Parts: sequence; structure tokens; C-alpha cells
Amino acid sequence: MTESPENLSIAVWRGDDSGGGYEQFDVPARQNQTVLDVVSWIQQHTDPSLTYRFACRVGMCGSCAMMVNGEPRWTCRTHVKTVLKGNRLEVGPLRNLPVIKDLATDMDPFFDKWVASEGAHHPTRTRHDPIAPVDPTEGNRVEANEGIECINCAVCYSACDTVTGNPDYLGPAALQRAWTLFNDTKDANRGAILDAVSGSGGCHNCHSQGSCSHYCPNELNPMKAIAGLKRASATRFFRRSS
Amino acid sequence: MIRHAHRSHGLWLAFILHRLSGVALALFLPVHFYVLSLALTEPARLDGFLNWTDRPLVKAAEFGLVFLLAVHIFGGLRLMALEFLPWPSRQKSFAAGAVALALFLSGGFLLSAM
Repeated sequence: MTESPENLSIAVWRGDDSGGGYEQFDVPARQNQTVLDVVSWIQQHTDPSLTYRFACRVGMCGSCAMMVNGEPRWTCRTHVKTVLKGNRLEVGPLRNLPVIKDLATDMDPFFDKWVASEGAHHPTRTRHDPIAPVDPTEGNRVEANEGIECINCAVCYSACDTVTGNPDYLGPAALQRAWTLFNDTKDANRGAILDAVSGSGGCHNCHSQGSCSHYCPNELNPMKAIAGLKRASATRFFRRSS
Repeated sequence: MIRHAHRSHGLWLAFILHRLSGVALALFLPVHFYVLSLALTEPARLDGFLNWTDRPLVKAAEFGLVFLLAVHIFGGLRLMALEFLPWPSRQKSFAAGAVALALFLSGGFLLSAM
């Protein structure tokens, strides 16, 4: 890999939940480098105390998401040259989540909401029964398939201003998970899913700003899933009322 | 810190346009109903006010009002379609279409008022 002469000027957020600010670092520019490479270079060569989180480096594990120039991104698959402004870059922790230290956020609220939205399968069979056949072309299955590539990176959660305004809002990822299970014909308690997502903090809080779908690194469409939940819960409400 | 960069995309702008037009219309409506009530209480004052609204600057302001009303209607129809009809994939195009229709209507109003 060849090194270009100039350095990149990287502002990295340092601090914890009680506060912090941006600190400047100079990092050698290379022809090919990701934002995660830049953060790793700082940690390995300049300041070993810099805290951040990553695992797979190939866009599968969903652990390295950060705010890059004010936008949530998966840093292992974001090339520096696509986001550089001049030779400057600003890297911060994800929005809408408590900061543990520097670039590492506490993901507990994010995953707690997956549980709160009934994001767990309700089985119809035991492990002793034969496996239920699944028709991949059937309508509900097609709908469910659209959401199953979620890697839990919390980019959508971090992009969502409704989460910012209402910390109890379940958020795009958890609601998309609920919609995926709602469309799973093998799920035994679809009513419980609708109960979980249609109350306070549920799908009807969504203002359809579309940031979740705009920023999803896997190009999933949580806004569509949330619209599906709104439609399903509204339909159930009117059927019950009539 | 680069604040609010995550908001610079079409559907977020459609959201804020819908919100701001709604707030502006909510502020306008009480004034609108008050002026209408003058027809019953003080007809002469209403006539004076209507003559005042013939000024070009007021017509231009009315263009703004018609735009706000139209963009709120079409934006609202888009949101209701998004939530209650089978999902159409071109949401950004629909949002842009709502603004275009609103500009068409309010522009037509301005041309006929001039």
C-alpha cells in the first residue's frame, strides 16, 4: 500500500457519559483506508487509551458503528476517501446511546428494546417435531426475508430523531425485528407482538422521517417494516371495534 | 461537532416541511376565522380589509399560504398512503411530487391573482 504525502486531520470524541470533547490526531493518509483503519491507527500508534469497538472488520458483526462527520456509519466498510472533507474527518460515538468511553457506546438500551418489542420467536413446535416446511415464495415469507439481514449495528437507532425525542421509543431495528417475526408463519403468538409494538413507545410514534432506511448499511427498510406494523395494529383495532 | 448532518436527506426535509407548514396553518386559521367573523359583526371593516388584501405584497403572501396548505395536504396524503396502503417503494419521488404539486397549485393561484 503506498502512502500519500499528507496527513489526515482526525477529530475523535474523547470522554464518557459525564461529558467530553473532540481531540485532534494526525494520521498518515493511505490510498485505501477505512474509518476503522484510521481509528485503529490512532489507538496503535498515538494513544493506546482510545476506546472503541470492532470485531469482524467485514460488515457482518455490526459492532463498529460510529458517527462519521455527523452521520452514523459502519466504519469498517466506510472508505475514508468517500467521507473526507478536505483532509478532515470527525469521528464520534453513536447518537441516542449512553457513552461508556470515547467511541464505545452502551448497547444495552438498544437490545433491551428488542426484547421489549417481543423480538423473540414464539415456537409452534418442539425440537422433537419435524421441521416445518417454509415456502420462500409465499407473501409473508417474502416480507419477513426483507428484514432478516439486520446486523444489529444500531446505525438506524442512532439516525432516528424520534428516538432522540422519546427515549422510550422502541426504535427502527427492534420494530423491524418485530415485523419480521409477525410475518413468520411459524410464530405462535403474533397478537403478543402487536401488543408489544402498538402501545406507548411503539410503532405509532414513528414520524416517517426515513433516516433509518436512508442510513441502513445493509440497505434494509425499517420504515417500511414500521408502516407494516402500523397497518397491522390499526387493522386489528378497527376489527375489534366493529 | 458536525451537528444534524444525519438530517440532510429528502424524507427528513419532507417531514420538517410537513411539520412547519402544519404549525404555520394552525397559527393562520384563528386569524382567518376572525376575519370571516367580521362579515357578521363589522361588515364595513371586512370590506376595508378585503380592499387591503388586493395589494401585490399581500397576494404574494397569499401565494405562500396556498403553498403551505397544498404542501400540507399532499404531504399528509403521502403519509396516509405510506401507512395504510401496500408499500410503494418510491417514497422520495412521492415527497418531491407533493412539493411539485403544491408549487403548481400555488403558482397557478399567483398567476390568476396578478
